[in-house]
Amino acid sequence: MYSQKVMDHFLHPRNVGQVEHANGVGEVGNPTCGDIMHIEIEVKNEIIQDIRFRTFGCAAAIATSSMVTEMVKGKTLEEAEKITNRTVAEALDGLPPVKMHCSNLAADALHAAIRSYHEGLKDSSEQ
Amino acid sequence: MKSIYMDHSATTPVDPEVFNAMIPYYTDAYGNASSVHFQGRKAARAVEESREKVAALIGARPSEIIFTCGGTEADNQAIITYMINNRSKGNHIITSAIEHHAVLHTCEFLAKHGFELTILPVNSYGEVEPDSLRSALRPNTALVSIMHANNEIGTIEPIQELAGIAHEAGAVFHTDAVQAVGKIPVNVDELGVDLLSASGHKLYGPKGVGCLYVKKGIRIGSFMHGGGHERNLRPGTVNVPGVVGFGKAAELARQRLSTEGAHLANLAKRLTDGILEAIPNTRLTGHPERRLPGSVNVCFDYVEGESILLMLDSYGIMASSGSACTSGALDPSHVLLAIGLSHETAHGSLRLTMGKDNTMEEVDYVLQVLPPIIKNLRVMSPLGQ
Ligand SMILES: Cc1ncc(COP(=O)(O)O)c(C=O)c1O
Repeated sequence: MYSQKVMDHFLHPRNVGQVEHANGVGEVGNPTCGDIMHIEIEVKNEIIQDIRFRTFGCAAAIATSSMVTEMVKGKTLEEAEKITNRTVAEALDGLPPVKMHCSNLAADALHAAIRSYHEGLKDSSEQ
Repeated sequence: MKSIYMDHSATTPVDPEVFNAMIPYYTDAYGNASSVHFQGRKAARAVEESREKVAALIGARPSEIIFTCGGTEADNQAIITYMINNRSKGNHIITSAIEHHAVLHTCEFLAKHGFELTILPVNSYGEVEPDSLRSALRPNTALVSIMHANNEIGTIEPIQELAGIAHEAGAVFHTDAVQAVGKIPVNVDELGVDLLSASGHKLYGPKGVGCLYVKKGIRIGSFMHGGGHERNLRPGTVNVPGVVGFGKAAELARQRLSTEGAHLANLAKRLTDGILEAIPNTRLTGHPERRLPGSVNVCFDYVEGESILLMLDSYGIMASSGSACTSGALDPSHVLLAIGLSHETAHGSLRLTMGKDNTMEEVDYVLQVLPPIIKNLRVMSPLGQ
């Protein structure tokens, strides 16, 4: 049912955990529906220096989280913002149709983290 | 890699003795059991011998057994044809919230077509409380359908008591005993049931064959329309090899019932105790004692069931879960929700159902592999930290 890439990222997830000096945090999903994705980033000079995730959910939820962290680590925010749930799924050689919307939210979590980074900058410049 | 099958509530492997008994009915004795010639008579005799064996397993008379293509068909036929053939007795059905979908969706289908339906709640062990049945019964209640043992959490329902209550109110009692037959002693007279469904593939028989027990004097009808097979109650050329396999499986189950039950109970105790001891924030679901031997269902906080299953699968361990992801639905199992678990908890369910060929060594292997899997998934989870 899952591609080899999904199984690889699920069984050997990359970048699990928390970022010590995170300046952006994003979380999407809810426990009722069975998927929560939490992503933390450390941005320096508009580049994602570090990114880590923690996910509650099925294999697709874990694999997409792992994949998105791998896709954007070391990339600029502009590049990261172009990533969508669909491109993440494609990078994993596809997901089963039922998983496409419920467990494919990793890019949303990433974008939420980037938004929180921008808001943080705004907050500190206002102070 | 190891291959450890612990999903016997989903289905069981066909016993080699069962398979050997079936083979001749594909190759040599291939007749249609309705034909008058030698081949036909041979097939018909095999079907009748199987009927005796299945009847013996549940304490019924052979004439009270109708072969069907499985548990689902038996449930559908029992409920739908009883209701439409006994309209004068009322149009109200009572069932429970933890039934298999073969019963629950069938009752809901009838409710959509003008019948009245009450779905009884269960307590936290998954038991239907006798008082809740008492207060749901009405003068127009024609049928009560409560399962004998639950397929997910293993709880055994107090069928004898519930059937007695239904009868006092003049209702007929059906039980889906698909998970119970072959695993625990089932006797239709002791239970006092009028209709009972069973399935071959849960007791080391083939898939696609089952039966409906219809107590003498209870009027049901044919569910499909066609020939006069099975006393005009189940048209269609009888699946002779399948029926022979079911009969052989029933015969073996009857011989093995007590020794196998003890073996399974030992395995389940070791597995349950081991899991609860090694893994914090874990609960056993279902009744701690009144449950199917060999059935272990636990919920782990903060992790999701499909992930657990695929991790176990990577170690060669095959199990199942009631999480939404494994059902292909958005909600976790209706059974786990009905016993009062939150969505979060239900998503973390794991069901390990053991069978006659599982060993203590296999249980110990699971106990070695499972705790680190849950630990790793919890490290990965944003919940509970
Ligand atoms: C309680 C219960 N009822 C009915 C069924 C359906 O039986 P079958 O697969 O033979 O149609 C099952 C098995 O999945 C079951 O566990």
